[in-house]
Amino acid sequence: MAYPSNYLYSKDHEWVRVEDDTCVLGITEYAQEELGEIVFVDLPDVGDTFDKADEVGTIESVKAVAEVYTPVSGEVIEVNSALEEEPELVNDEPHGGGWLIKMRLSSKDDLGELMSAEKYEEFISSGDA
Amino acid sequence: MATRDPFRDAAGVTHRLLSTGELDRREMLEAIGVDSVDRLFESLGDLLLERPPDVPGPLSDGELRDYFGRLDRMNAVPGRDLVSFLGAGAYRHETPSVIDHLLLRGEFLTVYTPYQPEISQGTLQAIFEFQTLISMLTGLDVANASLYEGASGFTEAVLMADRIQKKRKKVVMSRAIHPQYREVLASYAKNLDLEIVEIGWDERGATDREALAAAVDGETICVAVQSPNYFGVVEGWDTASEIAHEHGALSIGVVTEALSMALLKSPGDSGCDIAVGEAQSFGLSLAFGGPYLGFLATRDKYKRAMPGRLVGETVDAQGKRAWVLTLSTREQHIRREKATSNICTNQALCALAATIYLSLYGKKGLRRLAEINLQRAGALRRKLPGVAGFTPAFDAPSFNELAVRSEQPVARVLGDLEKAGILAGVPLGPDYPELEDCFLVAVTEANAASDLDRLMEALADRSAAVPEDASATA
Amino acid sequence: MTETTTTSAGQSGDRRVPDVAWRNEGLIFERSRPGRVGVTLSDPGVPEQPLDDLLPADLVRDEIDGMPEVSEVDVMRHYTRISRKNYALDLGLYPLGSCTMKYNPRINEDMARLPGLAGAHPSQPASTVQGNLALLWALERSLVELTGLSRVSLHPAAGAHGEFAGILMTRAAIDARGEGRRYVLIPDSAHGTNPASAHFAGFEVKELLSNERGTLDLEDLDRQMTDEVAALMLTVPNTLGVFENQIREIAQIVHGKGGYIYCDGANFNAFVGKARPGDMGVDVLHMNLHKTFTTPHGGGGPGAGPVGVSERLVPFLPTPLVERNETGFYLDHDRPQSIGRIRSFHGQFGVLVRALSYIMAMGGEGLARVAEYAVLNANYLRKALEPYYHLPYDAPSMHEVVFDDKTQHDFGVSTMDIAKRLMDYGFHPPTVYFPLIVSGALMIEPTETAAKEELDCFIEAMVAIAREAEEDPELVKGAPYTTPVFRCDEAQAARKPVLRWYPEEGAGGED
Repeated sequence: MAYPSNYLYSKDHEWVRVEDDTCVLGITEYAQEELGEIVFVDLPDVGDTFDKADEVGTIESVKAVAEVYTPVSGEVIEVNSALEEEPELVNDEPHGGGWLIKMRLSSKDDLGELMSAEKYEEFISSGDA
Repeated sequence: MATRDPFRDAAGVTHRLLSTGELDRREMLEAIGVDSVDRLFESLGDLLLERPPDVPGPLSDGELRDYFGRLDRMNAVPGRDLVSFLGAGAYRHETPSVIDHLLLRGEFLTVYTPYQPEISQGTLQAIFEFQTLISMLTGLDVANASLYEGASGFTEAVLMADRIQKKRKKVVMSRAIHPQYREVLASYAKNLDLEIVEIGWDERGATDREALAAAVDGETICVAVQSPNYFGVVEGWDTASEIAHEHGALSIGVVTEALSMALLKSPGDSGCDIAVGEAQSFGLSLAFGGPYLGFLATRDKYKRAMPGRLVGETVDAQGKRAWVLTLSTREQHIRREKATSNICTNQALCALAATIYLSLYGKKGLRRLAEINLQRAGALRRKLPGVAGFTPAFDAPSFNELAVRSEQPVARVLGDLEKAGILAGVPLGPDYPELEDCFLVAVTEANAASDLDRLMEALADRSAAVPEDASATA
Repeated sequence: MTETTTTSAGQSGDRRVPDVAWRNEGLIFERSRPGRVGVTLSDPGVPEQPLDDLLPADLVRDEIDGMPEVSEVDVMRHYTRISRKNYALDLGLYPLGSCTMKYNPRINEDMARLPGLAGAHPSQPASTVQGNLALLWALERSLVELTGLSRVSLHPAAGAHGEFAGILMTRAAIDARGEGRRYVLIPDSAHGTNPASAHFAGFEVKELLSNERGTLDLEDLDRQMTDEVAALMLTVPNTLGVFENQIREIAQIVHGKGGYIYCDGANFNAFVGKARPGDMGVDVLHMNLHKTFTTPHGGGGPGAGPVGVSERLVPFLPTPLVERNETGFYLDHDRPQSIGRIRSFHGQFGVLVRALSYIMAMGGEGLARVAEYAVLNANYLRKALEPYYHLPYDAPSMHEVVFDDKTQHDFGVSTMDIAKRLMDYGFHPPTVYFPLIVSGALMIEPTETAAKEELDCFIEAMVAIAREAEEDPELVKGAPYTTPVFRCDEAQAARKPVLRWYPEEGAGGED
């Protein structure tokens, strides 16, 4: 699967898609593959605020639970409620319909630390992931 | 100590519980390429003991029966030797003999936790039935596969409420909850950042509603009340639940006599969000305090916060109905330090006993049994005024246990009755100084019909006795 | 003609096997028929008052919809039939690493059921239960002798519970010294209950690295052992079945900085009667009576987790403890520095009886043989399986051996597949995917109660599966084929949990 070039990626396998002063956050294809069949997604509430590297939620698969960290600071303005009924969307469309939360960014500075699609692909094939 | 086992050989001894004899040992050592078993313990170096440990044995089955038989006869127990009205969180009930016969089947007794569902459907199905029965009795959506026992179970319920509420800090609980349950919570809570507030009781013996309402606020995680409470008072949970929910707190309903749920309004119907307690009454012998059977049930929306194991229904590769352990990612073997609790075992065999018990009694039998218990306690309450110097401590309804107030020192009364072969009850004084003149009396269907009369006679004898002065010892 | 519901023979619509519902036992609720009952109720023995006089109407519930109505015969049949869907230790080898699935002697069951022992109420006066108290005393003495520790509390309900008590005691001891140590060191190979317990006691966990031998890296330990660390939690032998041969040096490092050594006793079967944790410098040890001491697993409990301590931790043991004075035995609740009680009443008494019965059936020398043959059996298996399965750590194995699926992975076959295929060969699989430091771990613990010919059959099965993996991987990946159910959809169970049975809508019982 191609990693969308207009997304930015973190070392913890999250992606963000920036739109003006907001962004959408999700986990990558690599992450969903590692987790296996996802059975439950625990998301924060609208209005919650987070700093960079805070845990925003968890994703539960049959064999593991993974924390989701936000690579950016901001306030949650929307959560993907479709995941309540269909957590498997994260497996099927990790970069699209399986998005997790939308945030209003408190600063764009953190974005500089994230990777481009190309760098991310290098990262996951390097074996350091 | 020299072994009397006739199979001793030069290199050591074998034993009926070891599957290896001399020939086996030689063949295996040869296959491994090692000349003696000692070589396999080399990494222990000088930690190896020079002599085997000094513990008794090896004893034959007959010798074991002699030894334990002597211990058995050193005890005086309810039914066989003594008339007993002891309750206080452990209740003597009749146990259908079918239960033991099924429990002793190797396919139930000797199996491991059902992590491999394909060869564990028997265990998984039984647990699923247990979960269903507890859900029915508590009136709540989901029950787990059991916890160790009531007190640690109560603690787990409070911790569960804490997890759900996240930012709150206060636990408001009734002092009429079993003292040991509150003690265990205190042991666990020492290391957690929780404020625990205890509420006393009113003149009826039920949790003081005004004090409860005053204590609950937006910082409250949960309100916990027991019913029937430690004094045997059936107080119900409607009021406590209302107060809790007004402030966004959870309502925890505690039950130590599980049989009461067959007749009384359920925790779920009374607004409880979590029901927790002890199910020893369902077919488990008193066994000097354990193993018992903790249960926990909750509303569907809180199921992922539940501690312990859960069995769920699914299908296999061919579409056949099957059961599996599920939602196990919450447990310690996967989440490690983020686990919902560190409980590894449930009490599967005890839960199986309870499931069989509940199936045997069933819809009508269990209710009738509960009624019989109620009637007997009712008879006790009726007869008590006929004995001078003893009165029910509280006016409120009870199930099968009530607190009795004594004009004479409780310790002496109980001591004298013990000499007459009667364990009349559990004193309240040690845990409730305000009630040092009271003791708890439980009466179930397991008491002989004549037990109540014997108790009344023995108490009447005492009240006719010349009162000794206060400084006399029992 | 019946439709295509498959049978456990695995063949759709195999006409030789009648496809009828009653051959597959359903739930007890599905057996229910209105009007049946499985007990005879005794007479109330008192004149009955109207319900209203005894309870307010708003506190009385209706009959519980859906509770079963079945006869005693129904119950016997139902549970007997479902029991037969289980594989059991009584049937054969159960080589689960770290679980010590050894034969459960039936004399233990008889002793636990003696009416004077089983019929005692926990709140009876001590004078009426001297037999039980003497039993607890005798068990404690035996465990003290076997562990080389000072005292043992029989209070905790299970291994994890005993472990929790142990860590709480460590915490209490640190607090009593007025120190604020926040950390507990735990090897990366540890069982999940270890960090969970530490966390529950309010500690933060720091992971220690294992060396190539699979045991603790002493340099890493030395570096991480500071005066901020309260304890090191160890399993001996470790979860790879390898003995921590530098345990004395480890104890020195930890004690030297004022910390405690906690030992997880899950693997005691490897050296019981041969060596004592107390001599190794262990300060606190929990034991699993349902492992080394043969109390039955029962499908997941009840177990018991006594916890033993060195002299300096004795004041912190949970209450009550059994003590003796001139008048006899009694339960001592007056222990001011105790961590308190962590369960109701005294302990898993019924389980404790079974353990003492086992200890006395074996005797000291017998227990030493237990460890010897447990280790012999594991090494016999290791030697036979080494040519076929990859061994991640080369160090000598004690009572269990850990392989992984590296070899079979080349053919696309995983540890899970091997485990499932073993069922077709008539065995319960070994422990899989634990410890976590080995990818695809296959942990095999035969115990001393496995006979040589049983081990040979197991070896034959494992060798056959290794060959199948190479020659016909799809066969292995599709297993099992001969079990009461096949591989289950665990994802569905977790996504849409169905956690109880429900009566059908509108289907009420006739009164």
